[in-house]
Amino acid sequence: MTDTHQPAILATGVRKSFGEAVVLDGVDLAVAEGTIFALLGPNGAGKTTMVRILSTLIPADSGTVRVAGHDVVGEADGVRASIGVTGQFSAVDELLTGNENLQLMADLNHLGRPAGKARIDELLERFDLVEVAGRPASTYSGGMRRRLDLAMTLIGSPRVIFLDEPTTGLDPRSRRLMWDDIRELAASGVTIFLTTQYLDEADELADRIAVLDQGRIVAEGTPDELKRRIAGGHVRLQFAGPDELHAATALFEGVTPDDEKLVLNVPSDGTVASLRSLLEKLDDFRIEVEQLSIESPDLDDVFFAVTRQPTLEKEAA
Amino acid sequence: MSALTYTVSDSRTMLRRNLRRLRRYPSLTLMLVGMPIVFLLLFVYVFGGQLGDGLSSALAGGHSGRGGYLNYVTPGILLMTVAAAVQGTAIVVAMDMTGGIIDRLRTMAIARSAVLTGHVLATMIQTLASIVVVTGVAIALGFRPTADALHWLAATGLIALFAFALIWLATALGLAAKSVETASNTPMFLTFLPFLGSGFVPTATMPAGLRQFAEYQPFTPITETLRGLLTGTHIGTNGVFAVAWSVGIALASYLWARHLYAARRAG
Repeated sequence: MTDTHQPAILATGVRKSFGEAVVLDGVDLAVAEGTIFALLGPNGAGKTTMVRILSTLIPADSGTVRVAGHDVVGEADGVRASIGVTGQFSAVDELLTGNENLQLMADLNHLGRPAGKARIDELLERFDLVEVAGRPASTYSGGMRRRLDLAMTLIGSPRVIFLDEPTTGLDPRSRRLMWDDIRELAASGVTIFLTTQYLDEADELADRIAVLDQGRIVAEGTPDELKRRIAGGHVRLQFAGPDELHAATALFEGVTPDDEKLVLNVPSDGTVASLRSLLEKLDDFRIEVEQLSIESPDLDDVFFAVTRQPTLEKEAA
Repeated sequence: MSALTYTVSDSRTMLRRNLRRLRRYPSLTLMLVGMPIVFLLLFVYVFGGQLGDGLSSALAGGHSGRGGYLNYVTPGILLMTVAAAVQGTAIVVAMDMTGGIIDRLRTMAIARSAVLTGHVLATMIQTLASIVVVTGVAIALGFRPTADALHWLAATGLIALFAFALIWLATALGLAAKSVETASNTPMFLTFLPFLGSGFVPTATMPAGLRQFAEYQPFTPITETLRGLLTGTHIGTNGVFAVAWSVGIALASYLWARHLYAARRAG
């Protein structure tokens, strides 16, 4: 990194095992101040463990981590004073109202009455929670709860914010709103570290993306750099019955059929030539395809590209 | 502000939050205070007449019958109230530890002890309020303590000290529990201990084996001391044992709870 500033987050050689299971196997990360960094990976890749280590919740077995200039082990309170964390699972107090939840955070941040009140009103307004502020959080919808959660994280004006799968389980509209909130935050100069299972989310938001697979970073770069490596997404084939589906599955390497939907996703670079060769192959074996669509890259494609590609030709780009 | 000021202000914040939670969840408190009242009514009105006549030699001031038994059993019921109330401590601690809120609190620069202190103080208030309610019910039924102001003060102090000890024990049990359900069950043995001591009948009437257990378990000297303070029965060395047990349980449980909380932080 050419940035002369000290990175907001710097992790070197982070390892963590739970019993026999190695969850993180030597992770190196650097996140520049004021940028959005996305850690992309499937369930069980170790994303949440990484967030828990970065946010002082658990220690790494080995490696060093500095957040906002402080060591997460030796200067945990220094880190805690600079960060805000919104976990994967809601961290709001269900028995308290939205207003009381925010008041609790204001008090624990030692904001003082007038300053705390002003900050609470500002955040209620910003996250569209004014009308429900007097209702217990247990009555909130999923989207409202996430917004309250994020508002609670922001009370102390943290410089580094961790968002663990901030949009998992949200409906598309709430997801868009959350994206807008995250962009707005980044625009105000804070550093954002988010984890996600969705490439489109990382693509929309992040300045840099790291792909985590089985505890290792398997690819890292800007969204454009990563997408160039993916080449072109996949072709979605819909079949009329299981016989056709299984016959087609046998033709392609490394594909898994969806028996329920009778769908097969075949990786493709999206060029006319590759599409023609795919159709010819199906024709040769007289396999009837009911419907065909070309899909833009998703996480599966990234994984195919960065973890299983060695047998095929390397990226052409 | 200094570190100490933060500790005090964070603990007060957590106390306020926990009291608010207890108010929002009144069924828990009602259930916990209801149990000793049910036992009080059961033992006084169902068994009390017969027990009182049978125990007349052990009863203060030569009373007998139902009224005499009410005076005998009330101190035991008050300790049962404490034992029942601390189940609530274990439940609310476990609710916090198994929910998402604890991770949020742990990633904030707040005084380390404030989370547990907040729970201990809030459930202390809840427990003492339960004691007031149960004492009121006993007096309404005809409980007539002979205590003067000084004895009342000592009795209140003893109950508070014992409650403090059991609350720390329940806090540790709540921290040790993997789920809220487990946490609501593990402290339940405490509510049976007044039966296996001198809470309901004198230990001298029990068979060998059980009698030894009953004589040496902590509830017995505490019951005897409380009974002596309230109704004027003989206290003797029980007072020393009552205080020693309470302080011992409080200290051991506090250290256990602190260890569990720190271990959870690391795990």
